[in-house]
Parts: sequence; structure tokens; C-alpha cells
Amino acid sequence: MTLTQQAEAPRTAAAVEGRRRAPVRLGTTGIIYLALVAILVIGTVLVAADGDNLLAERNIVDMLTRSSVLGFIAIGQTLVILCRSLDLSVGYVAALSSLVGATTMDGDPARVPLGIAAALGVAAAVGLVNGLVITKLKVNAFIATLGVALIIRGYLDTEYKGPAGSVPDSFQNFGYTRIGVVPLSTAVMLAVAVAGIVLLRRTRTGYRMFAVGGNDEVARLSGLRTDRTVIVAHVLCSMTAGAAGLLLASRFSTGVAAQIYSAGYDLDSIAAVVLGGTLLMGGRGGIAGTIAGVLILAVLDTVFRLLQIDPFFRDVLRGAIIIVAVALYARRQIDRHAVRARFGKHGRAAGGQDAPRPVIPEARA
Amino acid sequence: MTAADSPLLRMSGVSKSFFGVEVLHSVDLELRAGEVHALVGENGAGKSTLMKILAGVHRPDAGVISLGGSEVHFEHPLQAQHAGVSTVFQEFNLLPERTVAENVYLGREPRRRGLVDVARMDRDTEALFDDLGVSGIGARTRVRSLSVAQQQVVEIVKAMSYDARIISMDEPTAALAEHEVELLYRLTRTLRARGIAVLYVSHRLKEIFDLCDRITILKDGSVVTTTETARITPDELVRKMVGRSISTFFPDPLPGAELGPVRLAVSGAGNDYVDDISFEVRAGEIVGLAGLQGSGRTEIAHALFGVAPFTRGEVRLDGKPVSPTSPREAVRAGLALVTEDRKVEGLALNQSVLANARLVLDAVLPGAAGKRAKAIPGILSSLELTARSGAREVRYLSGGNQQKVVLAKWLATEPAVMVLDEPTRGIDVGAKRAVYELMRELSARGVAIVMISSELPELLGMADRILVLHDGEISGELPGGVDEEAVMTLAARPMTAEAAR
Repeated sequence: MTLTQQAEAPRTAAAVEGRRRAPVRLGTTGIIYLALVAILVIGTVLVAADGDNLLAERNIVDMLTRSSVLGFIAIGQTLVILCRSLDLSVGYVAALSSLVGATTMDGDPARVPLGIAAALGVAAAVGLVNGLVITKLKVNAFIATLGVALIIRGYLDTEYKGPAGSVPDSFQNFGYTRIGVVPLSTAVMLAVAVAGIVLLRRTRTGYRMFAVGGNDEVARLSGLRTDRTVIVAHVLCSMTAGAAGLLLASRFSTGVAAQIYSAGYDLDSIAAVVLGGTLLMGGRGGIAGTIAGVLILAVLDTVFRLLQIDPFFRDVLRGAIIIVAVALYARRQIDRHAVRARFGKHGRAAGGQDAPRPVIPEARA
Repeated sequence: MTAADSPLLRMSGVSKSFFGVEVLHSVDLELRAGEVHALVGENGAGKSTLMKILAGVHRPDAGVISLGGSEVHFEHPLQAQHAGVSTVFQEFNLLPERTVAENVYLGREPRRRGLVDVARMDRDTEALFDDLGVSGIGARTRVRSLSVAQQQVVEIVKAMSYDARIISMDEPTAALAEHEVELLYRLTRTLRARGIAVLYVSHRLKEIFDLCDRITILKDGSVVTTTETARITPDELVRKMVGRSISTFFPDPLPGAELGPVRLAVSGAGNDYVDDISFEVRAGEIVGLAGLQGSGRTEIAHALFGVAPFTRGEVRLDGKPVSPTSPREAVRAGLALVTEDRKVEGLALNQSVLANARLVLDAVLPGAAGKRAKAIPGILSSLELTARSGAREVRYLSGGNQQKVVLAKWLATEPAVMVLDEPTRGIDVGAKRAVYELMRELSARGVAIVMISSELPELLGMADRILVLHDGEISGELPGGVDEEAVMTLAARPMTAEAAR
């Protein structure tokens, strides 16, 4: 860039500089994985001080197993949150599909595919309802999915007083088989996560989700069918919740209701998504971060279990960690909008900033 | 008439009413290929409505629009876009968290085997920018990290990528500082050279005369005239728009107004953003703060008002040291700040005019609220906001009237020092005049005024003294009424020195 150009358009200088620097900069996702590593290290030290080994095989298996169910749900939750929506019905959808799957399979190995299809189909239908209520009836997503959740809960509580259906041994493998230390269910979850990442980064559907969540009106004026995008996100979200329900059914070897829907997957999944750096207001984030968020929660739970921390106090710690993490993101967000400090504590005289400064300070992350 | 002269777009007899109120009355407008055509008029004259009809957002009640000789009916913005009519709206239509390329190709990303071809999309975007001679904007840059001017450029390039033959721009420079406008000028001229018709709406007369070939003046929904720019003077233009002449545009100080004692004294103040700031403002004085975007003008306002306080130095108000650490303390001390972005920082848009006008009183000065609130109806009517409009939600008001509500809110607090940050941004000539008159009246009452503006003519016309900022420091002081070049030299001096090095 020549000097004359610099004089004419000083701001472009900062942008070019930013472009050059971009690859070196650690993205939000990178920071979250660093946090995950930090928590693993701290957890290992704490557990070691207690005379145990966090990185022992059984503990790693425990962490990965914990992360698979929440992982499925959080992947779907990421999609809807990116669209500036929300799904509070995921726990109930998981419960419903565990029952639908288990009763359809009814212990018959030949009916496993049918059971999977039925469970995912029912889940997709619920997602469709969620999406339609939100986009066509213009009901706030919070209320819409809460209402649908209550409807499902009422249905489950009247129809199924206890466990129902039976899962054949072959399908129980889904819950218990391991490849090395990696449970099959975690591997499947990660495969779904990769599919989700491809969806968001390399398909028009994914691009539309970012656009709709970022600014609905901009998306509309660019010719996107915004309603359809939100509906697709909700259908996919419910289907991942359905997959989680199937996984739980295979672990319980039967379909259950209250045990699943009272496990708090709805709020945990939102916590994982937000921990993973996705904006609750939509438009920015991604599944890679969400998986880190899920893993962070799983590591915490395993560490708490090994340290035999009182379950109630465990919730206090979890809550505090989530709040602190999100507060830190919020700071980053604020800093981004602020003009970078130009002068030191005592002004230029003492600060001695002689190095050439950009003509216009550009706020950078 | 040659083919080149025949209009690309012809709108004839276009009328539009909203809720029984006619906002456009049988408007005729012609756009020729390769011209920049200004559309001017006060707020409420119908400019935005006309643009939205052209963009396919609204449908006309009557009238014919023909494009390249054949009649068109746009039902949706997309149809207009596909027909080659693109609009850069006043509100930004970009996704800040997405890259430039993702914004330009939103909704029509190139694909290969079902997946978005990111590499090609980036390449195509870079090619678009290169083709239009724009440098310094990378396809993979997040829009958020671009300057406002660059974002405007991205929007225009996005519009161009639809193979636009007509581009209309609604106040593209409203949020730009003077030096950023040049980027937009260059791009607009490139478009003109390509044979594209540009419809240019702006409140800045300078731009209209710098850039536009023809001017159409709207007043109260009707076309006053369409004329070649060369055949009209700024003075005539303003008169035709509002029936007033520009020479009386900046009101003189009221008779009997004179400078009183020092009310605001800042000495050696600074924080992270500004340094070594010293100045005084007397009762009845208007001090202007000039400088390029990012030079620290707004930061001084924020520091005075306790948003990001000074961390060193001293501020005295009527002789007493004050150091507000929050806007709340600043208000109590007798300061008022009219922020530069009224929609975000100045108003509760979905509340009524009255509720907004009472906001600061109720929130910060509840003790005095009852007494001072009695003055609010008077303040509103003195600003020509009728009592009837008191219950209306602020978001339905025009920009000028919204700004008046912001002013009313602060006048109700009876401040000793008023800081006005871009007080006339995006408001029409009539409302500007009202703001200027109000400033004169406040001066006569002994209020000390600090005025920040990117529009130099208004600073030169209104301020008694002008402080020029550069890079967070005061680079010089000038008397009011100097010429623009003197200010620009101070504002840019160190920068040109660097460039020369």
C-alpha cells in the first residue's frame, strides 16, 4: 500500500492489517478448547491430590459416555440458537422417542430399524410443530417450546406410568460397545457433530441459519425464506434429541419418561451451547465450540464425582462456572466494541508510546 | 433524442397513501443511464417512500413504472433486484458476524456438488472489488471489523453483484465522517462511468453539488422540479426545498446574549482514549469539537458525562470540581449529553413522547421531577412537537422529531452544560434549523454548550470557538467562522506529516 493511498483512506490500512493478522488470532472456539484443556489439567491435579487418576481409562470412558447424550442434544440446540430460537422441549422429546423406539422394537432385533425410524420420525414431527408454532403463529420460541414440552409431558405421564417397551440386545450395543476408550455412542455423536459442522460451514442451509439468526430482516431482504430455515433447524434439533432418547433407551434397555425428562437436558444443553461460545442472540457460534462445552461439563461432572463432592454443592459449582464463563465472553464482546486504549495510565508523557500507531484505532477482538 | 438520452427508468404519476394520508402525489421521475441523480427534500417529503416503491418494498397506489421501456410491477424486493434495481437502504443490511463474501453472496452462494464453494465465493468477491477499483477490503474479513464507510462500499458492491442497472442509495453518507465520504464518491463515480443510473438521497448539500448530475426536489409528496445541477445554486435549492434561503440558515446569536463567567473548565484531563485535554466554556458560549472520526470527540463527551471518565486532570463546573463516574452523577452535577445515535442511546423507541421526555427526570432527579415535569409540555410545544403527539410512540416520529424529543428530555433537567454529539445527524433541514435556534436560545439563557459535529459548515456556522482534535489530543483552536480548510489542516496535520515521511 502506497503512502498516498494511506492518506486517502486511512481506515483501510487497519482492515488490511486485520486480514493479515487474522489466521494467527485465536478464535473463540480455540479459546474454549484451551479452557477445556485447562480444566482437564486442573481436574487431574485435584483428583491426583485426592489419590486418584482422572486420566485412568475408566474415568475417560465415564467422561465420554456422559458427553454423548448431552452432545446429541446440544448439537441440535446449537442449530436453533444460531437461528435466534431456543428449544426447551428437547428433554421431553428424548423421553418420548425413547418410549416410541423401545415400544416399537419390542425386543425384536428385526424391528430395530423400524424403531429407530419411528423414534426419529416422531421427534421430527415435534420439531416441525415447534418450528411452525414459532414462525407461523409468531409465538416466542421460549413459550412455544415450553408449551409443547408441557403437552408431551402430560401425554407421557398419562400414557406411561413406568418403563415401557424393550430394547433387543443388538441395539443395546449402541449404548455399551466401545472402540478402545471411545464408546460407540460418543463416536456416533461426534460423527453427527461433524455432519453438523459441514452443514453450517459448507451448505446454503447452514449459511441461512447464520443469516436468520444474525438479522432476520437482512436475510429476508436478501431473498431468504427465513421461516423455512427456522423450521428446518427445529426439526433437526428435535431429531438429535430423538437420537439422544434412543441412546438412553439402549442404555436403560427400555423406554422411560420421567427419568429422562427430569434430568435437565434442556437447560444443560443450552448451557453447553453458550459455554461453547455461541451467542444466545444467534448469528454467531458453531458446533465445534458446543462439543467443547459438552466436554467441559462432562469433565466437571466426572471430577466432582471422583472428589465425592456433595451433589447439591456440585450444582452450585456448575452454575457458578457457567456464569463466570459467559461473563468472560460478555467482556470480550464489550471490548470488541470499545476503542482500543490509546494512552497509558499517565498519558503520553509517561506512557511513551512512540511506536507508530494506526491512524484510526480499530477495535479488534 | 439519442438512445443514450432516453431514460432507463421512468416513473410517472406515482402516488402512495398510508392510512388515508397521501405521502406521494403523482410523482414523475426519470433516471438516465450513467447519471447520478439526487433526490432531495425535507424529512417527510416522500423520498424514502419513493425509494421503497422503486425497491419493491411498497407498491404504488397509482402510476406507472417502466424500466428500459417496458412496464414493471415489483411485488417483492427480490423482483426489483432481479430486474436490475438495487437499493442500499439507510439501515445497514449486512450481517456483522459474517465475512464480506458471505454477505455479498447471501442466499445465492456458489455451490459445487451440493456444498458451498467457499474458495470460489471468495475469489468472485475479490474480483468484484477489483473490478470496481476498491482495495483494502478482504473477502474473508468479518464485516464487523470494517469501518462504516467500508461497510457502505460492501453494500454497494453487493448491490452491483446483482447486475444492477439502477442503484439507489438512501443517505449513504449519513454515518460517515467527511474524509470517509471520498471512498464513496470514487465508487459512485465508477458506477456512473459504467453507465449505471444512481439515485442519490442525501441531506448534505455539498455532496449533491459535488457528485450529482441532476437534482429532483420533492416537497410534501410532490416534485417541485427536476434540474441540472449546474443550473441551480445551493441557495436556490434550499429555498425550493423549504422556502428559506441558506444565508439565513445558521441563526445569529440572539440579541442581548453575551458571554458570562466560565461554567465548564477542563484542565489536563485524559483517559485511555484522550490525553492532555484543556479547555473552558463560558456561559452562553458554544464551543465546537472538530476532528476526524475516531479522533476522540465522542470520547471527550463520554468522559465528561461519566461514561468512560477522565482518569487524570480536573473538571470544574461553575468553579466546583466534579468527577462523575456515571451518567447519573453527571446529570446530578448539571450536565446533559445528547448522544450521537438517538435510536440506540437516546430514546426508548417503543415508549411515548411524554415518557421519553420525562425519562431522565424520573430516573435521576425524582425530587425535582414533579416541579420540572410541569415544564415539559411547554418545552415540547416550543420545539413544535404538538401536545397531541405526546402519547405517540417515539418510533413513529420522523428523525427530526425524534431528535427534538431527545433535546426535550435534557432541557427538562435544566442543565448548566450541554454536550451535543452530532445533534443534526440524519435530520431534515427544517429540523436542523430548529435545533440551531434552540442552541442560540440556550446560549442566551447562559447554558454552556459543547457541540460535536462531522459537518464542518454547521460547526463553523454555530460555534464561537472550535477545538480541533487529532488522535486523542487537541491539535489547535480556531475562532468560529474560519474556513473549512483551516480546520481540516489541523485535524489531519500529523497524518499528512506521517504520509510525507
